[in-house]
Amino acid sequence: MDVVKLQKQLVDYRASLYHEAFLDEQFTQLQELQDENNPDFVVEVVSLFFEDSERLLNELAKALEQQSIDFKRVDAHVHQLKGSSSSIGAQRVQKVCITFRNYCEEQNVEGCLKCLQQVKHEYSLVKTKLETMFKLQQQILAAGGSIPM
Amino acid sequence: MGMAAESQFHVLAVDDSIIDRKLIERLLKTSSYQVTTVDSGSKALEFLGLHEDDTTNPSTPCVSPNNHQEVEVNLVITDYCMPGMTGYDLLKKIKESSSLRDIPVVIMSSENVPSRISRCLEEGAEEFFLKPVRLSDLNKLRPHLMKTKSKDQHQKQEKQEEKSAFQSPKQQQQEKEEHQQQQQASNNKRKAIEEGLSPERTRPRYNGITTVV
Repeated sequence: MDVVKLQKQLVDYRASLYHEAFLDEQFTQLQELQDENNPDFVVEVVSLFFEDSERLLNELAKALEQQSIDFKRVDAHVHQLKGSSSSIGAQRVQKVCITFRNYCEEQNVEGCLKCLQQVKHEYSLVKTKLETMFKLQQQILAAGGSIPM
Repeated sequence: MGMAAESQFHVLAVDDSIIDRKLIERLLKTSSYQVTTVDSGSKALEFLGLHEDDTTNPSTPCVSPNNHQEVEVNLVITDYCMPGMTGYDLLKKIKESSSLRDIPVVIMSSENVPSRISRCLEEGAEEFFLKPVRLSDLNKLRPHLMKTKSKDQHQKQEKQEEKSAFQSPKQQQQEKEEHQQQQQASNNKRKAIEEGLSPERTRPRYNGITTVV
């Protein structure tokens, strides 16, 4: 396995994630908080984000299936999702949440359902991207290389 | 590292989001603070040794007889939007308590609502940070913490710390740009310096460099 090639792959891949707004500056902040004493910090935070998001998306689906939708409840979940996506730098997810909250305020069911689909889609995309990136990092480490910044 | 002979400051971080708790913990530890995180205002009060009915019923046996809480907390940093007790409610309870009112409280929020910010500052919050919180924000905590360590210090300080040793070069650059306006002549890191109360003390702090919308 060519470490140099893998490292270049990682650098390019990561750059594309920023370029396509999957990730923003906040993700960089997370990476800067990681060091030799806390080598898994980013993976740990991102894993928490995955777990938490999946829980929230389930709650959202349930809340929007109700006969009489509790928009306050829906909004509370979206607010949480917006917060956590912002905290890890998942910009596209965060952006959909903003639109989602507006629909909640308007009590617009159609809009909310549309946003739910969108946010599920964006979440699924960023999850795949991050998992791919972590896999690349693992490969580099396994081949004896270090993760380029 | 810069902490030298003094014992570490202990910060109590309150946030209902597990992601944000992890983040604030890492930020605080990177800044060499000792950290305890809790997920609600009521747990925070419990940790501080205060029970919710304490202010109205001082003879409650569950409050320890001495005025100090069990574990010393030098600063409380709390999220604003939390279910049940909000960060604002927590702030109020702390400031209303004779044993806790001197503990500096910082509020964090993902939403930039000027009236919210003023309300918190008026209620006695030292700072208001917009989320996501960064290392550079935490450097603003040090003056408030230094104040609590100094016995006679009653007045707030507006002087800036010199760039922290634990900042990455990128952070230092950001710090420089952000604090140009606030820079003062003095550059003493650790000594508490008496200064007149500055009207800027209550000026809301807006973080202009985040991407929060």
